[in-house]
Amino acid sequence: MTTDIAKNKPAARGLPVAVLLAGLSIGFFVAVALATGEVAQLGGQGIVGLLQRMVALGLVALGQTFVILVGSIDLSVAALISAVAVLASHVMQGDPAMILPAILLCLGLCLAVGLVNGVLVAYGGINPLIATLGTGLIVQGVLAASFGALQGAVAREFQVLAYGGVLGVPYSILLLAVLSLAAAFVLDRTLFGARVYAVGGNPEGARLAGIRTERVTLSAHVVASLFAGASGLYLAARLQSGTPWIGRDGIYDLESIAVTVIGGTILAGGKGGVAGTLAGVLLFASLDAAFNMLGIDAFLKQVLRGAIVVAAVAIHAVRTKGHVA
Amino acid sequence: MSPLPQTSSPLRRPARLAVNAGLVIFLALYAAIAFLQPNYLEPGLFMNFLRRAAPLVILACGQLYVILTGGFDLSMGAVATLAVLAASILINGDPETTWAVIGTLYVMGIAVGLVNGLVVAFLKVPSIIATLGAMLSVNGLALAWSGGAARGDLPDNFRNLGRLVWRGVPLVGTLPLAAVVLAGFVALAWWGLNGTVYGKRALAVGDNPRAAELAGTPVAATRILAFVVSAVSAVTAGILIGGFSGVSVNAGEGLELQAIAACVIGGAQLLGGRGSIWSAVFGALSLFALFTLLNLIGLPQALRDSIQGVILIAAVGASLWRTRRRT
Amino acid sequence: MTLRTLLATTVALTFAGQALAQDFNDPAEFKKQREQLSMTPQGPEGQPWAQHLGDGMVDTAKYRKDGQVTLCFSNAGVFNPWRVVGLNNLNAEAELHKDRLKELIVVDAEGKDDKQISDIEALVSGGKCDALIVSPNTTAALTPAVEAACGKLPVIVFDRGVNTSCPVTYIHPVGGYGFGITSGEFIASKLKKGDNVLALRIMPGVDVLETRYSAAKTIFDEAGINVIGSEFTGSDRAKTKSVVEDYINRGEKIDAVWMDAGDTATAALEAFEDAGLPYPVISGEDQQDFLRKWQADKLTAIGPSYPTYQWRTAVIAALDVLDGKQVPGPEWVLPQPAITEDVLADYVDARMPPLHYSLCGCQELPGYPERWGGKK
Repeated sequence: MTTDIAKNKPAARGLPVAVLLAGLSIGFFVAVALATGEVAQLGGQGIVGLLQRMVALGLVALGQTFVILVGSIDLSVAALISAVAVLASHVMQGDPAMILPAILLCLGLCLAVGLVNGVLVAYGGINPLIATLGTGLIVQGVLAASFGALQGAVAREFQVLAYGGVLGVPYSILLLAVLSLAAAFVLDRTLFGARVYAVGGNPEGARLAGIRTERVTLSAHVVASLFAGASGLYLAARLQSGTPWIGRDGIYDLESIAVTVIGGTILAGGKGGVAGTLAGVLLFASLDAAFNMLGIDAFLKQVLRGAIVVAAVAIHAVRTKGHVA
Repeated sequence: MSPLPQTSSPLRRPARLAVNAGLVIFLALYAAIAFLQPNYLEPGLFMNFLRRAAPLVILACGQLYVILTGGFDLSMGAVATLAVLAASILINGDPETTWAVIGTLYVMGIAVGLVNGLVVAFLKVPSIIATLGAMLSVNGLALAWSGGAARGDLPDNFRNLGRLVWRGVPLVGTLPLAAVVLAGFVALAWWGLNGTVYGKRALAVGDNPRAAELAGTPVAATRILAFVVSAVSAVTAGILIGGFSGVSVNAGEGLELQAIAACVIGGAQLLGGRGSIWSAVFGALSLFALFTLLNLIGLPQALRDSIQGVILIAAVGASLWRTRRRT
Repeated sequence: MTLRTLLATTVALTFAGQALAQDFNDPAEFKKQREQLSMTPQGPEGQPWAQHLGDGMVDTAKYRKDGQVTLCFSNAGVFNPWRVVGLNNLNAEAELHKDRLKELIVVDAEGKDDKQISDIEALVSGGKCDALIVSPNTTAALTPAVEAACGKLPVIVFDRGVNTSCPVTYIHPVGGYGFGITSGEFIASKLKKGDNVLALRIMPGVDVLETRYSAAKTIFDEAGINVIGSEFTGSDRAKTKSVVEDYINRGEKIDAVWMDAGDTATAALEAFEDAGLPYPVISGEDQQDFLRKWQADKLTAIGPSYPTYQWRTAVIAALDVLDGKQVPGPEWVLPQPAITEDVLADYVDARMPPLHYSLCGCQELPGYPERWGGKK
């Protein structure tokens, strides 16, 4: 399909889409704030609030970008986010000494789920939509059934992650920034990153070039699960205690796919990157904030959001040569 | 459309394969149901099973058209909800208008299908995103139009489509109208794939759109028609759901994923290239039999999700394993 | 993998049973709510939304603000008809106070805790609000955001609560135990020892719903009534009807159906109709479709409520606080009436849509009935 692996300027990849999208989002936010007289939203606190809206979705979407780049997809992230948030609150039970064990256990769970997803997709050859829908259902079911036993709340000290900050910048926003940079670095500057693009762009070619494509796909799934875990931990800190439905209610599965694709990463794999995804997340955050200021009816908001998702993808997809399904 | 030429087409063998997969799973699950509760072997209860499974089977048939051409339709559940809410608003308690309103529902469904198809075929938006957008918009529209709650009761002549059961019918004893609608819809869907050139075109487009185009297949038209069929099936399912149990704002919630799962369990291949109408029919019946079985066992609600997940992965894994063994 | 999952679930379930039983069965709270149900409310006659149970009042002189004011409302969402009716009540109540109210800003969190926290932060930092009304999506999650808001402006919480006493007042009807007591006692009074009741519930793990079931279950156990099943229907009518059909097909005798929310009550009754069986004793809620069926088919029924008029109370309380008037607090407990045979006719209104909640207290509000989807 759309394959050219001979790209060796990864940094430029997808940047125009990202810049355009981010510019439009910010422009829209500013215009609405001025038009509704909510100028306070353009001050420091308003901007921080806007960025804070990006964190949860942003973290999942970073991981989703990796799997989509290798030509796979992950629908299990929503269930995993809930599982991590519930597990973190249960293990901590308000005790600061348990913060580290809780984080390690949660990341361990993510690693396991990521490995299962990766094995099913890369080695089992099962369509990723079905494989991750299946693992998501399994996780969700076990979680909901055992939730009664998993009550608890995170330690106050852990909530600093969501509510503390330095120089007025919340740690959570810094976390998103640091992880975004790390993800961009890995994709653009490391061998693993190059392999991700190669496997997604042309799996046969990558295999012929001696890349163990299964391993790359598996790793991408692990990365996606770990990022979902980071998002779950952040939500646990922000919400004090997890419930089995925060992932589902947040629609993090479909929304993370949507923002990634809006950001110019193509579903077939091999093309796109972190910058675009973040711009997609910024678009969603700006819409949320702006719709609030405009006081748009909840149902109408849904109609608009649906149309915007399609339009935002269409803007760059329409130039695609060949067919998409 | 002209009838299929008499040559042996490459879709024959995979089609037969699919029948076996879905049918075998369904028979096994139904046997388990009958073992736990023998009266499910009576025609009456089997007919009732069909009545309740009808919406899912119909949805799966529509979804199959899209899956064959290589796409997905996530907007089906929202379209079904729209059908139920729109019916309650438009009929507004006046039975005289029922048939005209049903016509209107189909017009609305076809419109949604056309938009989906056009967006995918010409704006080149991947179907998963295009129909996700449609899902949000259609759901929002239905709720905004109704103000977030049902506006009126559905009259009996509308309800009957999903609710009426004829008693004292020879051979089967009881016959639900929904089962008749189901049989009619499946027959039509079968004819569309096997009695016209459409089926061959859909498989070709799903298998390799580029090659299909070079061979003279109208790729865009084939895709668009698939989304229209899918939306029409969603409206039909919505009418049956509204008929079976009345107006609600969440009538179609989550049905799109169940329909996709059904097709896959029945042996259809995602991203196109393989599958027959029987994959959809028996896949959906299997999934519904699974739900019924889990109900009978009395497993906690939440764990039913888990089991569904395991079955989904196992079914696809098994079908992969069989395909590999054969080649 | 499968084996491990099964093992894990078995373990989890063993614990789950115990933990759930502990969490949602609080005998002290049960007793308190039972007393509240029979208390005579204070406040204006015939206006339950302005009444309160108990004596506690809080002084609000320090919040007094003259001239026109702006109220802000952070809503968890409008994801079910109950909340849709409630939001209409709130908007209509605000319309009554046009002269005092400059603006009512409503932001909707779409059922997402994370978004609601951001929404509240944005409202507070926006500086437009004189008072903040919050209907939290989840109790624990919204606590820090509400705490932070309390430092800046008066906060009124209603429906679900928060784990802090900082809001000026927390408005809620008697509660989940009360709901379960009203419906459970009615069913117990109509059944004999050893009769069967089927419990239909929305979803597990939600405190406001679990307490309803735990209260009813306590009463059924005391009366020697068998709960033959407790099934979750997710508020889905088709599923509700299917579940009841399954029980009927199994040949079980169902003498009564108890529901933790009435939005699918008519679907449950239709299953009996379709099977040609007589209607069971049933507890629903205050929705029109259920009340109309009750009246038309002469059911033996009761309609306990979790009244939507509390959405009016929130606006009344916020304006009282800005007037510096004393308001009931720190908890404003509203009466929680049930619809019984005797008063049924007063609540049936053919103009209203099927899922309209009749205890909306909205009959006198501007725009009734069209604002609530009714016909003139």
